Amino acid sequence: MEKKGWDGFEIGAMLRSFEGAVSGIATILPEDRPYSASSSFTASVADWRIQKPLFNKDYCIDCQFCWVYCPDLSIISRDKKMVGIDFDHCKGCGICVQVCPTNPKSLLMFPEQIEEEVALAEWPTKNTSKATTEAKEE
Amino acid sequence: MSEIKKIKNLKEFSTSADRFEGANLLCPGCAHSIIVREVLNATNDDLILAASTGCLEVCTAVYPYTSWDASWIHVGFENGSSAVAGAEAMYKALKTKGRLKQPDRTPKFVAFGGDGATYDIGFQWISGCFERGHNIMYVCLDNEVYANTGGQRSSSTPIGASATTTPAGSVSYGEKKNKKDMLAIMAAHGAPYVAQVAPNKWKDMVAKIQKGFAAEGPVYINAMSACTTEWKFAPEDTISISDLATDSLVFPLYEIIDGTQLNITYRPKNIIPVRDYLGAQGRFKHLFTKQYEYLIDEWQARVDAKWEYLQRREEASV
Repeated sequence: MEKKGWDGFEIGAMLRSFEGAVSGIATILPEDRPYSASSSFTASVADWRIQKPLFNKDYCIDCQFCWVYCPDLSIISRDKKMVGIDFDHCKGCGICVQVCPTNPKSLLMFPEQIEEEVALAEWPTKNTSKATTEAKEE
Repeated sequence: MSEIKKIKNLKEFSTSADRFEGANLLCPGCAHSIIVREVLNATNDDLILAASTGCLEVCTAVYPYTSWDASWIHVGFENGSSAVAGAEAMYKALKTKGRLKQPDRTPKFVAFGGDGATYDIGFQWISGCFERGHNIMYVCLDNEVYANTGGQRSSSTPIGASATTTPAGSVSYGEKKNKKDMLAIMAAHGAPYVAQVAPNKWKDMVAKIQKGFAAEGPVYINAMSACTTEWKFAPEDTISISDLATDSLVFPLYEIIDGTQLNITYRPKNIIPVRDYLGAQGRFKHLFTKQYEYLIDEWQARVDAKWEYLQRREEASV
């Protein structure tokens, strides 16, 4: 992107005005937001990862632990359902896998280059899984 | 007046639209952004935010990007609190003069600072804001070390922790001074609401943040922020280390209302030994040698005494 001086940022890139609808931005989901190029939403930290989390819908119970504990806003939840992972912003820390309470886990870490279909095919089943983390209380 | 956002359970909470963005440059597994998200998502009102210098500030405002979808300002290391207090004073003045275009809107004023900016460098400024009684919330992201500059000790660093300016070795066991009791200090200012929170107890945290937003006057929140880089644990363990901290009562979760009424908000079902908490972190590794082992018992005794004190204060409500 074009780099700008301190006075060159578009209005609204940093400051939001008091005018307009009450609690405007707080109810607009990222896909509907008019992001400026200065928002880090438009940037990517995907190259930080050496491992990536993958999501298996079959085992997910939509508890949303991964959503609340994700430091990088990379768990996409819509209408109380876990939808997927935002791989532009995920740094591969693995917190989502640690807090996943299901058995087997519905999120697991895989090497960055693995194909999603391959990973889903070799997903552990309940018996072979080491994942026995107790469901955390709410 | 705006209503308090209803958050009954985690599913409901997960419908929040975050006003903080990814691709910030915080370390993978950093608890700072978990805390920030829980604070910002606790309300749907407008937010006026400030950050003191620290990990959060340098990582979320990297030229030419910003990670904040709200008004955000950074001034200096020490004055995140007074920057947001200034904005609050302006808001109040405009309101009194009737010059606000939408006077029914109730923006929330929040300052974030690390423990260095809170316990040491910005202490005087925070004290001033609390004395003047601004209607602000100050959130201290307490990771017990100057993580941004390479891990120097702060006055929040606990006894026995190895930091770059208090390294552990054959002559020293690391930090020798105990942690400042910042909550007691802020409560002594007569603040209407002071609380300690931890990101792993999200419900407790959101409830406290909402109480803080509802309170009239300065609010101090001490948020435990497990630091994967300086506490030396694997990035995926942030939440489990936080669980160890709250369940071993190293970070007891409580609130102090009007400087007197102390309520313990989380009582672990099984209190785990402090040894487990210390053993999970690289910064306390040297305590598990013959030379320094006695410090673990001292740790346990200090934590027990503090817990006893908190329970007595709760009972006596003084």
